[in-house]
Amino acid sequence: MLPERFRTMFRSSSALASPKSSRPALADKESVVTRQSRALDQFFTYIDDQVGLSILDLAGATQENVSFVTDLGHKLYTQDFLRSLDDTFGADEIQEQAAGNRIDYFLEQNLDFPENTFDGVLIWDVMQYLSPALLSATIQRLHTIVRPRSYLLAFFNADDKSTHSPKTTFRIQNKSTIELVQRGQRKQAQMFNNRSLEKLFGQFESVKFFLTRESLREVIVKR
Amino acid sequence: MSTSPFNSPQPESAKNAATIGKAVKIIGQIFSKEDLYVDGDVEGTIECQDNKLTIGPNGKLQAAVRAREVIVLGQIKGNVEAADRIEIRKDARLVGDIKTARIKIEDDAYFKGSIDIVKHDAKAAPATPRPVTPAASTATP
Repeated sequence: MLPERFRTMFRSSSALASPKSSRPALADKESVVTRQSRALDQFFTYIDDQVGLSILDLAGATQENVSFVTDLGHKLYTQDFLRSLDDTFGADEIQEQAAGNRIDYFLEQNLDFPENTFDGVLIWDVMQYLSPALLSATIQRLHTIVRPRSYLLAFFNADDKSTHSPKTTFRIQNKSTIELVQRGQRKQAQMFNNRSLEKLFGQFESVKFFLTRESLREVIVKR
Repeated sequence: MSTSPFNSPQPESAKNAATIGKAVKIIGQIFSKEDLYVDGDVEGTIECQDNKLTIGPNGKLQAAVRAREVIVLGQIKGNVEAADRIEIRKDARLVGDIKTARIKIEDDAYFKGSIDIVKHDAKAAPATPRPVTPAASTATP
């Protein structure tokens, strides 16, 4: 049997396995990839010896993530950021995300927590679907509700030729392994490179990047 | 308490349980000493501490809930305490904080809130849940 880090499973052929196209995939086939994640490993290494922490997950609740985080003895808060984004602004209505009053409403609905509430945030890939104005306000709010010296885990599409990226559900398998379940594509609001990400998280203490073979940029941000 | 027509088949989870049918709305407090199946609307609180509570696909709760076991196929807006376990089924919707020993969430279920896993030996003394909205009337089955 191959070592776990080489184990990659494709349950079906996938348009997302080669995300070079700038158009949404015609077929809505599901692909499942299981692989190592150095950023995930670092995120959980940082909180390894602690229990009773408050962890925020912005990508909705999945059985795997709920079980993993709560089995470590932490309290998990989940928000389905993308579903709420679509409910508030409409699906793929990126320009609608610029209205100031609706940004305030969105943040009240999704990130209305007291200062320094969280010890870690699993952002996953949701930030790449936010307009610049909404993204900036969201990052500012995260900076407020996350405790100093806590960590955030975020993923960004690293393929700068693609305007769409796979709609992905991230399922934690263990401390350093995730399963990516991809179905369909979603239009990104903006593209990111290392420089723009450093600028985006400029008020945080540090930003560390890991580039994966799925053209995904994994990012660990320290508050 | 059932409003289901006699000839309509009952869902598996409604068998042997007190039933609040889909055409019923209750505002107030519900205490049950047997399994309860809610397919209607409830605003207030539901307590069936030693029994199973099932929210059917048409069920809409704006209520604080306490039960031994909670199965959600419909919608809940309110905090849920399930001493043993909670299941949030596909297409169900739960907005509120959960306190339980075990949790199962199916794909395509919507959950927004916090999850606090409480081991049986670490449980706090039971307290009466606070209603989500002020009760206009009280129904006690």
